[in-house]
Amino acid sequence: MESSMYLPEASLDAWLAELASSHELIVPRREGDAIVFGPYDPSVSPDISRDATAPPKSSVFPACEEIMRYTSVKDTDDLSKTLVHMEEVMPSGSRVVFGARPCGTRGFTVYDRVFDAPAMHDPYYVARRQSTLFVTLACSEAGSACFCHWVGSGPADASGSDVLLVPVKGGWLAEGVSDKGRELLSSPLLTPGEKYAGEAKAAKAKAMESLDSAADLKPAPEALLAVFDDMEFWNRMSAKCISCGACTYLCPTCYCFNITDENKGMEGSRLRTWDNCMSFQFTLEASGHNPRPTKAHRLKNRVGHKFSYYPGLHGGAIACCGCGRCIKSCPAGVDIRQIVLAAMDRAKASRQGNTTGEHA
Amino acid sequence: MSCSVNPYLPDMATVLETVQETPNIKTFRVRLDNPDRMAAFTFQPGQVGQLTSFGAGESTFVINSPPTRMDYLQFSVMRAGEVTSSLHGLKAGDKVGVRAPLGNHFPYESMKGKDVVFIGGGIGMAPLRTLLLFMLDNRKDYGSISLLYGARSPEDMAFRGELPEWLSRSDLNTVLTIDREAPGWEHRVGLIPNVLREMAPKAENCVAITCGPPIMIKFTLQALKELGFADDQIVTTLEKRMKCGVGLCGRCNIGGKYVCVDGPVFTYAQLKELPNEL
Repeated sequence: MESSMYLPEASLDAWLAELASSHELIVPRREGDAIVFGPYDPSVSPDISRDATAPPKSSVFPACEEIMRYTSVKDTDDLSKTLVHMEEVMPSGSRVVFGARPCGTRGFTVYDRVFDAPAMHDPYYVARRQSTLFVTLACSEAGSACFCHWVGSGPADASGSDVLLVPVKGGWLAEGVSDKGRELLSSPLLTPGEKYAGEAKAAKAKAMESLDSAADLKPAPEALLAVFDDMEFWNRMSAKCISCGACTYLCPTCYCFNITDENKGMEGSRLRTWDNCMSFQFTLEASGHNPRPTKAHRLKNRVGHKFSYYPGLHGGAIACCGCGRCIKSCPAGVDIRQIVLAAMDRAKASRQGNTTGEHA
Repeated sequence: MSCSVNPYLPDMATVLETVQETPNIKTFRVRLDNPDRMAAFTFQPGQVGQLTSFGAGESTFVINSPPTRMDYLQFSVMRAGEVTSSLHGLKAGDKVGVRAPLGNHFPYESMKGKDVVFIGGGIGMAPLRTLLLFMLDNRKDYGSISLLYGARSPEDMAFRGELPEWLSRSDLNTVLTIDREAPGWEHRVGLIPNVLREMAPKAENCVAITCGPPIMIKFTLQALKELGFADDQIVTTLEKRMKCGVGLCGRCNIGGKYVCVDGPVFTYAQLKELPNEL
């Protein structure tokens, strides 16, 4: 089979219906002012006019998932005793996520390095990741908060995707990225796409050109460690933050989670839920001690993890996909780009013996 | 880790026995219900486990029995929050979940042939107990062994049932201390760092293992320094809020190190290399 096929715009609904017949299909849908991923509804066209407000992360890493169930029962041999039965709960089914942008899909590559690594195999994550296909839509132009090119990505980055749709005249050139993705392109609704290859290449180049020049983040890992103890700096950087955690919930690369038990009578479930490292309670210990007691400590850890600690553990890979959701959706106007740049300036200035030169 | 193992799924275990150590510390002796799993269970001194009280959740505790005594796994729980309060309600015969072993361990191999001084404060004695008993069970491998164990009052001292034996052993120098005079107390009175100065262990060829509340650790480090201990001769074990125990959930990291997998045991030299976020 061809690895690139043409999908005419007029055939999109029919192709989605076809995908929905064999998989659970998840698409971006308008809900009020927001665009969020949800189950495909043939009567409502997906909204692909702009990047979704929330990324597709819940398709592989649900906001709340049951990881096991337990039931307490009386021991029939000794009624004074109670036995507990445990039952593992594993995800099932297969999904196709249509219409995520490259940044949202690339976020999963950040998760893959920690949840599916030689030292750690998270069975819930891996089961969903392996059974979820991503048909990603390349961007035609940069948005105001986009900085995917700062973190080694770009508007047509196919990493993490199975199919990449590149906008061309009257439709898309569908590029097969993985074997499973190429299988999705075998539909008779798609036609061979060689003659669109040049146009697709030009579209990618044009989108790349629409981005400002990228900042060089190579010094960031070391700079963030160098300013670690500079709480005056971090207090200033976090002054506007209200610790709401919108940035973490909307982030395609944030993966902090909580594990809790929920009981109903003699039965219960163990749940894994997204957690928010910007919350005071996140690291609060039972003794009352809190290693990250202020929002400055917590923002420092969030930025540090993405641009310093994670790259240090994973061959330099930055745990940020540059989607800009945390910037666009922050109710207080915190801009992670400015914090990283300011930390680099601050570290450089202090190496040179002055503390004034700084971006933000 | 093998692909077939679910790291989140606890082993079902049964509480064999409990000991009310102090008004707020209770010890649990448990065995895994699956006899094959129990027979195959191995760990090293200093490793921790997650104990489940079904319905309340999981918390992390050190396995404070030594790997040389595998009749049961022992955990000592200080009542502090929801899970620990629920655990305190359990009695012999009740079920718990156990996810263990997790984390790293004390560097007992590299300590062979050396003198050892244990300095424990309050519940901080629990992680020291596993290594102390392991060394007593392998006594010829180590030089002189001293234990300085302190608590606020005699009532706050855990492992009281074992103290007479520890005090009477000729191959162990045990010193007990409480913060303030109490009726009937026959041992030292004074804060741990001050008593340590009086004991004055020789730093040469010696390793100090310490665990306790942050304020005690701070002044104990100062005392050890005065006594000539270098940073890499001081070993401690950290406590952090943990959930997953396998390096993912994002709570216990200090910079790029995860206390649940890279720790909980660190030398003071290693701690100094980490960002300052204890």
